[in-house]
Amino acid sequence: MTTAAPVSRPTGAAAWSVPSRFALLLLALAAVLAFYPLYGEALFPGQHDYFLQKLTAIMILAMLAMSLDLLVGIGGMVSLGHAAFFGLGGYALALLGPEYEAANLWTTLPMTLGAVGLAALVIGALSIRTGGIYFIMITLAFGQMFYYVFNDAAFAGGSDGTYIYVRPAVAVFGVALIDLGDAVTFFYVVFAAMMGTYVFLRVLLASPFGKVLRGIGINPQRVRGVGYNPDAYKLVAFVIGAMLAGLAGYLSAAQFGFVNPSMMSWHHSGTVLVMVILGGLGTLHGAILGAFALEILHAVIEARTEHWLLVLGGLIIVMVLTLPKGIAGLLERITAPRANRARTGHEDRGES
Amino acid sequence: MKTVAKADIRRMQHASKPAPAVAEPVMRVEGLTKSFGGLTAVAHVDLIVNAGEAHAVIGPNGAGKSTLVNLLTGHLKPSAGHIHFGGRDIAGLPAHKVARLGIGRSYQKTNVFAPLTVWENVWLTGQTALPHAMRFLRPAHTLKAVRERVEEALELVGLTDRAHTPAAAMSHGEQRQLELAMVLATKPRFLALDEPMAGMGPEESEKVVELLLELRKTYPVLLVEHDMDAVFSIAHTLTVMVNGRVLESGPVDQVRESKAVQEAYLGEGDEEY
Repeated sequence: MTTAAPVSRPTGAAAWSVPSRFALLLLALAAVLAFYPLYGEALFPGQHDYFLQKLTAIMILAMLAMSLDLLVGIGGMVSLGHAAFFGLGGYALALLGPEYEAANLWTTLPMTLGAVGLAALVIGALSIRTGGIYFIMITLAFGQMFYYVFNDAAFAGGSDGTYIYVRPAVAVFGVALIDLGDAVTFFYVVFAAMMGTYVFLRVLLASPFGKVLRGIGINPQRVRGVGYNPDAYKLVAFVIGAMLAGLAGYLSAAQFGFVNPSMMSWHHSGTVLVMVILGGLGTLHGAILGAFALEILHAVIEARTEHWLLVLGGLIIVMVLTLPKGIAGLLERITAPRANRARTGHEDRGES
Repeated sequence: MKTVAKADIRRMQHASKPAPAVAEPVMRVEGLTKSFGGLTAVAHVDLIVNAGEAHAVIGPNGAGKSTLVNLLTGHLKPSAGHIHFGGRDIAGLPAHKVARLGIGRSYQKTNVFAPLTVWENVWLTGQTALPHAMRFLRPAHTLKAVRERVEEALELVGLTDRAHTPAAAMSHGEQRQLELAMVLATKPRFLALDEPMAGMGPEESEKVVELLLELRKTYPVLLVEHDMDAVFSIAHTLTVMVNGRVLESGPVDQVRESKAVQEAYLGEGDEEY
């Protein structure tokens, strides 16, 4: 090393790890989504309201998927009980707010996040020490425990669930800032929450904490050997992921006006896991893409055949088999500059 | 006490090799034992590594060398015995605490983060410059202290211009170099290297030997290695292990001439390789 080669280091932009053309595509997709309330009526007369509601619901699921990606794709913790925190967030809104008036968002949201965080801290502390298949089993067990507790709880409406008659109010000194009861306003609030979650998780991954967490997902023993206790970092990630899931659940409950135990079921956890894997594990934007892809495919196929579950299942198998890096990986490859494309493809093969 | 006396002899015999004027034990291992069920992999091992000294541990396969490294670094919990380091007994501490006390280790089997780039790999270990990494919002790459460590470590092993290559895309030899850079970026006070040259070609090995000759000036080194030429050029002192026990320990030349060692290991070893 006699030649003083300048050390090339990641600049701020490079640390974001999203290739520029791919980033532009993602931005374009986000714009198509963001402007939907403006062109929806013209494009889909008659179905606009339904689509608006559907897109809002998908964005909430995308938040849930991103929060699970933090655990599964980054931290290497495959959880089958993640929906429990989603349901808990919804139930928290239903139970904390007054029955026939609007709940105050400024009090109920922090209380919801606090309650979900506390639950995650306890569950996480009990399950994080296990790894691999045992972690899957123990999170599944906790998830089902929550499901049956709420299924049998009279105060929460049992298996029928309970209603939230009025969406939460966002007011300062008694003056309503925005009206969550308005579908378009609610759409934009959820859009902002989804983008905010994405940016928050991106910042988190670029932080020292994020670097350690990614290392743990790849090789926890090596991370321990360097001087970090993986369990502590996994627990913090587990709590953060759960609180984001709780936020999604809170919004979901606010949107539909009711909560029921199926929000917490392991089917739901599994569906969200499929979204994350389909979209591309560990990428965050993949979780959003996966949520949209799965939900839109679901809606389209369901409208055409009563055997939609069979067709959808087959499609998922084909996609998982042909897209090892998910939809995000596919889009990234397509948008890669021509010169890099061959090389990128080669590296893909080299890694698998 | 036996080993200390031998260290004294070594200083007289090896005036040419740079060694400290007074033997100052950095690590003192006493009666270290590890049993797996009925099998005793490491039995009553005593060992001293002095400041400024490179101490090699050799022995046939299954002698317990890697188990010894795993015990010293907290990757395995000893069944009995003491490991004195930095003024305390570290036997039984978990690996992350041992690492924080300054014992840096490399692994016999390449153990890097394959999907990450060279830079990201070394960054992860260099980040131990921070007391902990529970920092959530600050972009990691703005941390200057860490960056300097990473640059320095890459420079030392000669991987500076490979910084943005994914570890998975590098040759085996380069991955071994990366492994060393990852250890160095933690700024250890003691190096425990488990066969750093395993699987390397002669040219790459030579580079690593050069690097280790440089490193032993700064760090006390415990080196497990099969390559005898490398061991004899790097190590000041040598411990020969057979079946989990110390067969002989002392200055390199003395151990080399020991009849017991030649019979048990070195003689056969030369034919084998």
